[in-house]
Amino acid sequence: MAQAQIVIAGVTHTYRPPSGRTVLALEDVSLDVGTREFVALLGPSGCGKSTLLYLLGGFLPIETGRILIDGKPAGAPGPDRGIVFQHFALFPWKTVRSNVLYGLERMGLPREEREKRAQSFIELVGLHGFEDSYPSQLSGGMRQRTALARTLAFDPKILLMDEPFGALDAQTRSLMQSELLGIWRRTPKTVIFVTHDVQEAVYLAGRVAVMSARPGRIKAIVDTNFDKNDTDIFKSKGFVEKVDEIWNLVRIEAIKAQEKRVG
Amino acid sequence: MNPALLRYVPLLLLAVAWETAARTGLVSSLALPPLTSVAAAWIDLMKDGELITNGASSLWRAGAGLLLAIVFGAALGIFMAWWRPLNVLLSPLVEMFYPMPKSALIPVTVLWLGFGNGSKILLILLGCMLPVTIGAFNGARSSEQALVWSARSMGASRLRMLWDVVVPSALPELLNGTRTALALSFILLVSSELIAARQGFGYLIGFLGASGSYDAMFAVVLTVALLGFIADRLYLMLMHRALRWQL
Repeated sequence: MAQAQIVIAGVTHTYRPPSGRTVLALEDVSLDVGTREFVALLGPSGCGKSTLLYLLGGFLPIETGRILIDGKPAGAPGPDRGIVFQHFALFPWKTVRSNVLYGLERMGLPREEREKRAQSFIELVGLHGFEDSYPSQLSGGMRQRTALARTLAFDPKILLMDEPFGALDAQTRSLMQSELLGIWRRTPKTVIFVTHDVQEAVYLAGRVAVMSARPGRIKAIVDTNFDKNDTDIFKSKGFVEKVDEIWNLVRIEAIKAQEKRVG
Repeated sequence: MNPALLRYVPLLLLAVAWETAARTGLVSSLALPPLTSVAAAWIDLMKDGELITNGASSLWRAGAGLLLAIVFGAALGIFMAWWRPLNVLLSPLVEMFYPMPKSALIPVTVLWLGFGNGSKILLILLGCMLPVTIGAFNGARSSEQALVWSARSMGASRLRMLWDVVVPSALPELLNGTRTALALSFILLVSSELIAARQGFGYLIGFLGASGSYDAMFAVVLTVALLGFIADRLYLMLMHRALRWQL
Protein backbone atom coordinates (compact mmCIF):
# COMPACT_ATOMS: atom_id res chain seq x y z
CA MET A 1 0.00 0.00 0.00
CA ALA A 2 1.26 3.46 -0.84
CA GLN A 3 1.72 5.95 1.98
CA ALA A 4 -1.57 7.12 3.51
CA GLN A 5 -2.82 10.62 2.65
CA ILE A 6 -2.66 11.70 6.27
CA VAL A 7 0.05 10.35 8.53
CA ILE A 8 -0.05 11.28 12.20
CA ALA A 9 3.00 9.91 13.99
CA GLY A 10 3.88 10.21 17.68
CA VAL A 11 2.08 13.52 18.23
CA THR A 12 2.13 14.92 21.75
CA HIS A 13 0.64 18.30 22.61
CA THR A 14 0.74 20.34 25.79
CA TYR A 15 -1.33 23.46 26.45
CA ARG A 16 0.53 26.13 28.35
CA PRO A 17 -1.98 28.77 29.39
CA PRO A 18 -0.48 32.17 30.38
CA SER A 19 -1.70 31.49 33.92
CA GLY A 20 -2.56 28.18 35.58
CA ARG A 21 -0.97 24.81 35.09
CA THR A 22 -0.03 23.18 31.83
CA VAL A 23 -2.29 20.48 30.43
CA LEU A 24 -1.10 17.44 28.54
CA ALA A 25 -3.82 17.24 25.89
CA LEU A 26 -2.46 14.56 23.56
CA GLU A 27 0.13 11.88 24.21
CA ASP A 28 1.88 9.88 21.50
CA VAL A 29 -1.00 9.79 19.03
CA SER A 30 -0.47 7.95 15.75
CA LEU A 31 -3.04 7.41 13.01
CA ASP A 32 -2.98 6.91 9.25
CA VAL A 33 -5.91 7.95 7.09
CA GLY A 34 -6.30 6.93 3.46
CA THR A 35 -7.53 9.05 0.58
CA ARG A 36 -11.33 9.53 0.59
CA GLU A 37 -11.65 7.72 3.88
CA PHE A 38 -14.18 8.85 6.51
CA VAL A 39 -12.68 8.56 9.98
CA ALA A 40 -14.36 9.59 13.23
CA LEU A 41 -12.39 10.69 16.29
CA LEU A 42 -14.54 9.69 19.24
CA GLY A 43 -13.97 10.36 22.90
CA PRO A 44 -15.24 12.05 26.07
CA SER A 45 -15.10 15.84 26.23
CA GLY A 46 -11.66 17.14 27.03
CA CYS A 47 -9.88 14.13 25.51
CA GLY A 48 -7.99 16.26 23.04
CA LYS A 49 -9.84 15.18 19.90
CA SER A 50 -10.44 18.75 18.81
CA THR A 51 -6.81 19.57 19.56
CA LEU A 52 -5.77 16.85 17.15
CA LEU A 53 -8.06 18.36 14.52
CA TYR A 54 -6.60 21.84 15.04
CA LEU A 55 -3.08 20.42 14.68
CA LEU A 56 -4.15 18.81 11.41
CA GLY A 57 -5.60 22.11 10.26
CA GLY A 58 -2.33 23.89 11.00
CA PHE A 59 -4.01 26.18 13.55
CA LEU A 60 -1.76 25.03 16.40
CA PRO A 61 2.00 24.40 16.15
CA ILE A 62 3.15 20.79 16.20
CA GLU A 63 5.62 20.43 19.04
CA THR A 64 6.37 16.71 19.24
CA GLY A 65 5.86 14.13 16.50
CA ARG A 66 4.83 14.88 12.96
CA ILE A 67 1.79 15.19 10.74
CA LEU A 68 2.21 14.58 7.02
CA ILE A 69 -0.33 15.32 4.32
CA ASP A 70 0.48 13.70 1.00
CA GLY A 71 3.98 13.17 2.34
CA LYS A 72 4.56 16.82 3.25
CA PRO A 73 4.45 18.41 6.73
CA ALA A 74 0.97 19.83 7.46
CA GLY A 75 2.19 23.43 7.87
CA ALA A 76 0.11 26.62 7.89
CA PRO A 77 -3.67 26.50 7.30
CA GLY A 78 -4.70 26.43 3.66
CA PRO A 79 -7.53 25.54 1.32
CA ASP A 80 -6.31 21.94 0.97
CA ARG A 81 -7.94 21.38 4.37
CA GLY A 82 -11.43 22.74 4.88
CA ILE A 83 -12.84 23.01 8.39
CA VAL A 84 -16.38 23.06 9.77
CA PHE A 85 -16.82 24.16 13.39
CA GLN A 86 -19.47 23.27 15.95
CA HIS A 87 -20.65 26.88 16.17
CA PHE A 88 -20.59 27.40 12.40
CA ALA A 89 -18.03 30.25 12.36
CA LEU A 90 -19.90 32.04 9.59
CA PHE A 91 -19.02 35.67 8.95
CA PRO A 92 -22.06 37.30 10.58
CA TRP A 93 -21.72 40.44 8.46
CA LYS A 94 -21.93 38.48 5.20
CA THR A 95 -25.00 36.97 3.61
CA VAL A 96 -25.24 33.26 2.84
CA ARG A 97 -24.04 33.91 -0.70
CA SER A 98 -21.13 36.12 0.36
CA ASN A 99 -20.07 33.57 2.95
CA VAL A 100 -19.97 30.82 0.34
CA LEU A 101 -18.18 33.12 -2.11
CA TYR A 102 -15.41 33.98 0.34
CA GLY A 103 -13.15 30.99 -0.27
CA LEU A 104 -13.76 31.19 -4.02
CA GLU A 105 -12.67 34.84 -4.05
CA ARG A 106 -9.47 33.92 -2.23
CA MET A 107 -8.83 31.28 -4.90
CA GLY A 108 -9.00 33.99 -7.55
CA LEU A 109 -11.70 32.34 -9.65
CA PRO A 110 -13.28 34.56 -12.33
CA ARG A 111 -16.44 36.26 -11.13
CA GLU A 112 -18.89 34.38 -13.29
CA GLU A 113 -17.48 31.02 -12.33
CA ARG A 114 -17.52 31.74 -8.60
CA GLU A 115 -21.12 32.94 -8.73
CA LYS A 116 -22.14 29.78 -10.52
CA ARG A 117 -20.22 27.55 -8.18
CA ALA A 118 -21.50 29.28 -5.03
CA GLN A 119 -25.06 28.93 -6.29
CA SER A 120 -24.68 25.23 -7.01
CA PHE A 121 -23.36 24.53 -3.50
CA ILE A 122 -26.07 26.65 -1.89
CA GLU A 123 -28.57 24.49 -3.78
CA LEU A 124 -26.72 21.29 -2.84
CA VAL A 125 -27.31 21.99 0.86
CA GLY A 126 -30.92 23.03 0.22
CA LEU A 127 -30.64 26.76 0.91
CA HIS A 128 -32.09 27.99 -2.36
CA GLY A 129 -34.08 31.15 -1.59
CA PHE A 130 -31.93 32.13 1.39
CA GLU A 131 -28.95 33.48 -0.58
CA ASP A 132 -29.43 37.03 0.71
CA SER A 133 -30.17 36.15 4.34
CA TYR A 134 -27.71 36.95 7.09
CA PRO A 135 -26.67 34.13 9.46
CA SER A 136 -28.57 35.80 12.31
CA GLN A 137 -31.79 35.26 10.32
CA LEU A 138 -31.26 31.50 9.96
CA SER A 139 -31.87 28.50 12.21
CA GLY A 140 -28.94 26.50 13.57
CA GLY A 141 -29.38 23.79 10.97
CA MET A 142 -29.43 26.31 8.13
CA ARG A 143 -26.33 28.01 9.49
CA GLN A 144 -24.47 24.72 9.54
CA ARG A 145 -25.64 24.00 5.98
CA THR A 146 -24.21 27.36 4.96
CA ALA A 147 -20.91 26.54 6.67
CA LEU A 148 -20.84 23.17 4.92
CA ALA A 149 -21.55 24.77 1.53
CA ARG A 150 -18.86 27.38 2.17
CA THR A 151 -16.27 24.70 2.89
CA LEU A 152 -17.31 22.28 0.14
CA ALA A 153 -17.36 25.08 -2.44
CA PHE A 154 -13.60 25.59 -2.50
CA ASP A 155 -13.18 21.84 -2.86
CA PRO A 156 -10.65 20.93 -0.16
CA LYS A 157 -9.07 17.49 -0.43
CA ILE A 158 -9.58 17.00 3.28
CA LEU A 159 -12.61 17.95 5.33
CA LEU A 160 -12.02 18.55 9.05
CA MET A 161 -15.23 18.57 11.07
CA ASP A 162 -15.24 19.64 14.71
CA GLU A 163 -18.47 18.29 16.27
CA PRO A 164 -20.35 19.97 13.44
CA PHE A 165 -23.79 18.79 14.51
CA GLY A 166 -23.23 19.12 18.25
CA ALA A 167 -25.13 22.39 18.54
CA LEU A 168 -28.22 21.21 16.63
CA ASP A 169 -31.46 19.71 17.91
CA ALA A 170 -31.93 15.94 17.55
CA GLN A 171 -34.15 15.99 14.44
CA THR A 172 -31.97 18.45 12.56
CA ARG A 173 -28.89 16.52 13.58
CA SER A 174 -30.11 13.21 12.16
CA LEU A 175 -31.21 14.93 8.95
CA MET A 176 -27.83 16.60 8.57
CA GLN A 177 -26.06 13.31 9.21
CA SER A 178 -27.82 11.53 6.37
CA GLU A 179 -27.28 14.52 4.08
CA LEU A 180 -23.58 14.63 4.87
CA LEU A 181 -23.30 10.94 4.11
CA GLY A 182 -25.12 11.47 0.82
CA ILE A 183 -22.84 14.36 -0.16
CA TRP A 184 -19.75 12.38 0.81
CA ARG A 185 -20.86 9.45 -1.35
CA ARG A 186 -21.44 11.68 -4.37
CA THR A 187 -18.24 13.71 -3.96
CA PRO A 188 -15.89 11.60 -1.87
CA LYS A 189 -13.32 13.46 0.23
CA THR A 190 -11.12 12.50 3.11
CA VAL A 191 -13.10 13.37 6.23
CA ILE A 192 -11.88 13.59 9.83
CA PHE A 193 -14.97 13.93 11.97
CA VAL A 194 -14.71 14.76 15.67
CA THR A 195 -17.66 13.72 17.83
CA HIS A 196 -18.61 12.36 21.23
CA ASP A 197 -21.76 10.73 19.87
CA VAL A 198 -21.22 6.97 19.38
CA GLN A 199 -24.19 6.42 17.03
CA GLU A 200 -23.16 9.36 14.88
CA ALA A 201 -19.62 8.00 14.59
CA VAL A 202 -20.75 4.48 13.68
CA TYR A 203 -23.32 5.75 11.19
CA LEU A 204 -21.03 8.15 9.34
CA ALA A 205 -17.50 6.81 9.52
CA GLY A 206 -15.75 3.86 7.94
CA ARG A 207 -13.39 3.68 10.89
CA VAL A 208 -13.80 5.02 14.40
CA ALA A 209 -10.73 5.98 16.42
CA VAL A 210 -11.70 5.78 20.09
CA MET A 211 -9.70 8.15 22.25
CA SER A 212 -8.93 7.86 25.95
CA ALA A 213 -9.60 10.49 28.61
CA ARG A 214 -6.92 13.12 29.11
CA PRO A 215 -4.18 12.83 28.13
CA GLY A 216 -5.72 11.80 24.81
CA ARG A 217 -4.39 8.64 23.27
CA ILE A 218 -5.88 6.45 20.59
CA LYS A 219 -7.20 3.51 22.53
CA ALA A 220 -8.68 1.46 19.71
CA ILE A 221 -9.57 1.73 16.06
CA VAL A 222 -12.83 0.01 15.14
CA ASP A 223 -13.81 -0.82 11.57
CA THR A 224 -17.38 0.37 10.98
CA ASN A 225 -17.53 -0.30 7.28
CA PHE A 226 -20.65 -2.42 7.00
CA ASP A 227 -23.64 -2.11 4.70
CA LYS A 228 -25.26 1.23 5.53
CA ASN A 229 -27.90 1.23 2.82
CA ASP A 230 -30.45 -0.41 5.09
CA THR A 231 -33.41 1.95 5.42
CA ASP A 232 -33.77 1.01 9.06
CA ILE A 233 -30.07 1.05 9.72
CA PHE A 234 -30.29 2.16 13.35
CA LYS A 235 -32.06 -1.10 14.20
CA SER A 236 -29.90 -3.35 12.03
CA LYS A 237 -27.78 -6.01 13.68
CA GLY A 238 -24.48 -4.73 12.28
CA PHE A 239 -25.15 -1.22 13.58
CA VAL A 240 -26.30 -2.22 17.03
CA GLU A 241 -23.33 -4.53 17.54
CA LYS A 242 -20.82 -1.85 16.55
CA VAL A 243 -22.44 0.73 18.78
CA ASP A 244 -22.33 -1.72 21.70
CA GLU A 245 -18.71 -2.57 21.08
CA ILE A 246 -17.65 1.06 20.95
CA TRP A 247 -19.88 2.06 23.86
CA ASN A 248 -18.04 -0.36 26.09
CA LEU A 249 -14.72 1.18 25.07
CA VAL A 250 -15.95 4.73 25.57
CA ARG A 251 -17.81 4.17 28.83
CA ILE A 252 -14.65 3.34 30.73
CA GLU A 253 -13.01 6.49 29.45
CA ALA A 254 -16.01 8.65 30.24
CA ILE A 255 -16.01 7.38 33.82
CA LYS A 256 -12.27 8.07 34.09
CA ALA A 257 -12.81 11.56 32.77
CA GLN A 258 -15.56 12.14 35.37
CA GLU A 259 -13.37 10.92 38.21
CA LYS A 260 -10.56 13.23 37.12
CA ARG A 261 -12.87 16.18 37.20
CA VAL A 262 -14.26 15.25 40.63
CA GLY A 263 -10.81 14.39 42.01
CA MET B 1 -51.66 59.84 17.63
CA ASN B 2 -48.52 58.74 15.90
CA PRO B 3 -46.14 57.45 18.61
CA ALA B 4 -43.15 59.01 16.84
CA LEU B 5 -44.83 62.41 17.11
CA LEU B 6 -45.85 61.71 20.70
CA ARG B 7 -42.17 61.81 21.66
CA TYR B 8 -42.03 65.49 20.76
CA VAL B 9 -44.97 66.44 22.97
CA PRO B 10 -42.74 67.09 26.05
CA LEU B 11 -40.67 69.49 23.93
CA LEU B 12 -43.80 71.33 22.91
CA LEU B 13 -44.93 71.57 26.55
CA LEU B 14 -41.52 72.94 27.52
CA ALA B 15 -41.77 75.58 24.79
CA VAL B 16 -45.24 76.65 25.98
CA ALA B 17 -44.06 76.78 29.61
CA TRP B 18 -41.04 78.84 28.58
CA GLU B 19 -43.12 81.37 26.67
CA THR B 20 -45.70 81.78 29.46
CA ALA B 21 -43.08 82.08 32.19
CA ALA B 22 -41.28 84.84 30.30
CA ARG B 23 -44.44 86.68 29.17
CA THR B 24 -46.19 86.67 32.56
CA GLY B 25 -43.07 87.98 34.27
CA LEU B 26 -42.75 84.82 36.35
CA VAL B 27 -39.13 84.80 35.27
CA SER B 28 -37.24 87.96 34.39
CA SER B 29 -37.08 88.33 30.62
CA LEU B 30 -33.41 89.24 31.06
CA ALA B 31 -32.68 85.77 32.36
CA LEU B 32 -35.07 84.06 29.95
CA PRO B 33 -36.26 86.04 26.94
CA PRO B 34 -39.62 84.81 25.56
CA LEU B 35 -39.28 82.03 23.03
CA THR B 36 -41.01 84.09 20.35
CA SER B 37 -38.37 86.86 20.73
CA VAL B 38 -35.69 84.19 20.51
CA ALA B 39 -37.27 82.96 17.28
CA ALA B 40 -37.37 86.50 15.89
CA ALA B 41 -33.71 86.98 16.81
CA TRP B 42 -32.91 83.68 15.09
CA ILE B 43 -34.52 84.92 11.86
CA ASP B 44 -32.50 88.15 12.05
CA LEU B 45 -29.29 86.19 12.59
CA MET B 46 -30.09 84.06 9.57
CA LYS B 47 -30.92 87.13 7.45
CA ASP B 48 -27.71 89.00 8.13
CA GLY B 49 -25.72 85.78 7.59
CA GLU B 50 -24.07 85.74 11.03
CA LEU B 51 -25.42 82.33 11.90
CA ILE B 52 -24.46 80.84 8.53
CA THR B 53 -20.85 82.06 8.44
CA ASN B 54 -20.16 81.20 12.06
CA GLY B 55 -22.00 77.91 11.72
CA ALA B 56 -20.07 76.91 8.61
CA SER B 57 -16.80 77.61 10.34
CA SER B 58 -17.86 75.54 13.38
CA LEU B 59 -19.12 72.61 11.34
CA TRP B 60 -15.92 72.52 9.31
CA ARG B 61 -13.83 72.40 12.50
CA ALA B 62 -15.96 69.72 14.12
CA GLY B 63 -16.19 67.66 10.93
CA ALA B 64 -12.48 67.73 10.18
CA GLY B 65 -11.48 67.03 13.80
CA LEU B 66 -13.97 64.22 14.14
CA LEU B 67 -13.01 62.61 10.84
CA LEU B 68 -9.34 62.61 11.81
CA ALA B 69 -10.22 61.26 15.25
CA ILE B 70 -12.19 58.37 13.72
CA VAL B 71 -9.47 57.47 11.21
CA PHE B 72 -6.56 57.65 13.66
CA GLY B 73 -8.55 56.28 16.59
CA ALA B 74 -9.85 53.25 14.69
CA ALA B 75 -6.46 52.45 13.16
CA LEU B 76 -4.71 52.78 16.51
CA GLY B 77 -7.22 50.57 18.35
CA ILE B 78 -7.17 47.84 15.73
CA PHE B 79 -3.39 47.76 15.46
CA MET B 80 -3.09 47.69 19.24
CA ALA B 81 -5.31 44.61 19.32
CA TRP B 82 -3.45 43.10 16.39
CA TRP B 83 0.14 43.60 17.48
CA ARG B 84 0.97 42.99 21.14
CA PRO B 85 4.12 45.14 21.41
CA LEU B 86 2.12 48.18 20.33
CA ASN B 87 -0.44 47.40 22.99
CA VAL B 88 2.23 47.08 25.69
CA LEU B 89 3.74 50.36 24.57
CA LEU B 90 0.58 52.43 24.21
CA SER B 91 -2.11 51.08 26.52
CA PRO B 92 -0.69 52.84 29.66
CA LEU B 93 -0.81 56.12 27.74
CA VAL B 94 -4.36 55.49 26.53
CA GLU B 95 -5.50 54.60 30.04
CA MET B 96 -3.85 57.69 31.51
CA PHE B 97 -5.26 60.16 28.99
CA TYR B 98 -8.74 58.67 28.65
CA PRO B 99 -10.25 60.09 31.88
CA MET B 100 -8.49 63.43 31.52
CA PRO B 101 -10.91 66.37 30.94
CA LYS B 102 -10.01 67.28 27.38
CA SER B 103 -11.10 70.90 27.77
CA ALA B 104 -7.91 71.34 29.81
CA LEU B 105 -6.11 71.10 26.47
CA ILE B 106 -7.80 74.22 25.07
CA PRO B 107 -5.01 76.65 26.14
CA VAL B 108 -2.40 74.13 25.01
CA THR B 109 -3.72 73.80 21.46
CA VAL B 110 -4.16 77.59 21.24
CA LEU B 111 -0.55 78.00 22.35
CA TRP B 112 0.55 75.63 19.61
CA LEU B 113 -1.71 76.61 16.75
CA GLY B 114 -3.24 79.99 17.58
CA PHE B 115 -6.85 81.20 17.48
CA GLY B 116 -7.87 79.77 14.08
CA ASN B 117 -9.17 76.47 12.82
CA GLY B 118 -6.00 74.47 13.55
CA SER B 119 -6.25 74.63 17.31
CA LYS B 120 -9.92 73.54 17.30
CA ILE B 121 -9.32 70.69 14.89
CA LEU B 122 -6.36 69.43 16.93
CA LEU B 123 -8.34 69.70 20.16
CA ILE B 124 -11.25 67.70 18.72
CA LEU B 125 -8.85 65.14 17.26
CA LEU B 126 -7.12 64.65 20.63
CA GLY B 127 -10.32 64.73 22.63
CA CYS B 128 -12.40 62.43 20.44
CA MET B 129 -9.80 59.88 19.43
CA LEU B 130 -9.64 57.77 22.57
CA PRO B 131 -13.28 56.65 22.76
CA VAL B 132 -12.93 55.42 19.17
CA THR B 133 -9.58 53.75 19.98
CA ILE B 134 -10.97 51.95 23.00
CA GLY B 135 -14.06 50.79 21.10
CA ALA B 136 -11.99 49.56 18.17
CA PHE B 137 -9.51 47.83 20.49
CA ASN B 138 -12.16 45.97 22.51
CA GLY B 139 -14.08 45.06 19.38
CA ALA B 140 -11.02 43.80 17.54
CA ARG B 141 -9.93 41.77 20.56
CA SER B 142 -13.28 40.01 20.63
CA SER B 143 -12.85 38.60 17.10
CA GLU B 144 -13.74 34.96 17.33
CA GLN B 145 -10.90 32.48 17.01
CA ALA B 146 -12.98 30.21 14.80
CA LEU B 147 -13.65 33.08 12.33
CA VAL B 148 -9.97 33.89 12.13
CA TRP B 149 -9.17 30.23 11.57
CA SER B 150 -11.92 29.86 8.96
CA ALA B 151 -10.56 32.79 6.96
CA ARG B 152 -7.03 31.42 7.20
CA SER B 153 -8.12 27.98 6.02
CA MET B 154 -9.83 29.58 3.02
CA GLY B 155 -6.55 31.08 1.93
CA ALA B 156 -6.67 34.57 3.48
CA SER B 157 -3.28 36.09 4.23
CA ARG B 158 -2.72 37.61 7.67
CA LEU B 159 -3.20 41.14 6.35
CA ARG B 160 -6.27 40.12 4.37
CA MET B 161 -7.72 38.58 7.52
CA LEU B 162 -7.15 41.79 9.45
CA TRP B 163 -9.38 43.56 6.95
CA ASP B 164 -11.91 40.76 6.42
CA VAL B 165 -12.36 39.48 9.98
CA VAL B 166 -10.82 41.75 12.60
CA VAL B 167 -12.17 45.05 11.25
CA PRO B 168 -15.79 43.91 10.86
CA SER B 169 -15.64 42.18 14.25
CA ALA B 170 -14.54 45.49 15.75
CA LEU B 171 -17.24 47.48 13.97
CA PRO B 172 -20.11 47.37 16.51
CA GLU B 173 -17.98 48.62 19.41
CA LEU B 174 -16.03 50.97 17.18
CA LEU B 175 -19.26 52.62 16.04
CA ASN B 176 -20.47 52.96 19.63
CA GLY B 177 -17.21 54.66 20.54
CA THR B 178 -17.66 56.97 17.57
CA ARG B 179 -21.07 58.01 18.83
CA THR B 180 -19.49 59.09 22.11
CA ALA B 181 -16.86 60.95 20.09
CA LEU B 182 -19.55 62.76 18.12
CA ALA B 183 -21.15 64.11 21.30
CA LEU B 184 -17.74 65.06 22.69
CA SER B 185 -16.86 66.94 19.52
CA PHE B 186 -19.76 69.37 20.02
CA ILE B 187 -18.78 69.98 23.64
CA LEU B 188 -15.15 70.62 22.77
CA LEU B 189 -16.01 72.75 19.77
CA VAL B 190 -18.29 75.17 21.60
CA SER B 191 -16.17 75.42 24.73
CA SER B 192 -12.98 76.10 22.79
CA GLU B 193 -14.70 78.71 20.65
CA LEU B 194 -16.10 80.39 23.76
CA ILE B 195 -12.63 80.72 25.20
CA ALA B 196 -10.42 81.44 22.23
CA ALA B 197 -11.85 82.14 18.78
CA ARG B 198 -12.92 84.92 16.45
CA GLN B 199 -15.53 82.84 14.64
CA GLY B 200 -17.91 79.99 15.27
CA PHE B 201 -21.00 79.15 17.34
CA GLY B 202 -19.13 79.40 20.63
CA TYR B 203 -17.64 82.77 19.72
CA LEU B 204 -21.07 84.03 18.68
CA ILE B 205 -22.69 82.88 21.94
CA GLY B 206 -19.96 84.59 23.96
CA PHE B 207 -20.11 87.77 21.92
CA LEU B 208 -23.92 88.09 22.01
CA GLY B 209 -23.97 87.33 25.73
CA ALA B 210 -21.34 89.98 26.47
CA SER B 211 -23.19 92.60 24.42
CA GLY B 212 -26.50 91.90 26.12
CA SER B 213 -28.39 90.45 23.15
CA TYR B 214 -29.78 87.60 25.22
CA ASP B 215 -32.56 86.63 22.81
CA ALA B 216 -29.99 86.20 20.00
CA MET B 217 -27.67 84.34 22.36
CA PHE B 218 -30.46 81.89 23.20
CA ALA B 219 -31.14 81.50 19.48
CA VAL B 220 -27.57 80.32 18.89
CA VAL B 221 -27.60 78.02 21.93
CA LEU B 222 -30.80 76.38 20.67
CA THR B 223 -29.34 76.06 17.17
CA VAL B 224 -26.31 74.20 18.53
CA ALA B 225 -28.53 71.93 20.62
CA LEU B 226 -30.70 71.14 17.60
CA LEU B 227 -27.69 70.46 15.37
CA GLY B 228 -26.24 68.12 17.99
CA PHE B 229 -29.51 66.25 18.15
CA ILE B 230 -29.80 65.97 14.37
CA ALA B 231 -26.20 64.81 14.05
CA ASP B 232 -26.79 62.07 16.61
CA ARG B 233 -30.01 60.90 14.91
CA LEU B 234 -28.32 60.81 11.50
CA TYR B 235 -25.39 58.94 12.97
CA LEU B 236 -27.68 56.37 14.59
CA MET B 237 -29.40 55.80 11.24
CA LEU B 238 -26.08 55.22 9.50
CA MET B 239 -24.90 52.97 12.31
CA HIS B 240 -27.98 50.77 12.14
CA ARG B 241 -27.53 50.50 8.42
CA ALA B 242 -23.90 49.47 8.75
CA LEU B 243 -24.85 46.88 11.39
CA ARG B 244 -28.03 45.57 9.77
CA TRP B 245 -26.54 42.05 9.83
CA GLN B 246 -26.71 42.04 13.63
CA LEU B 247 -30.50 42.22 14.02
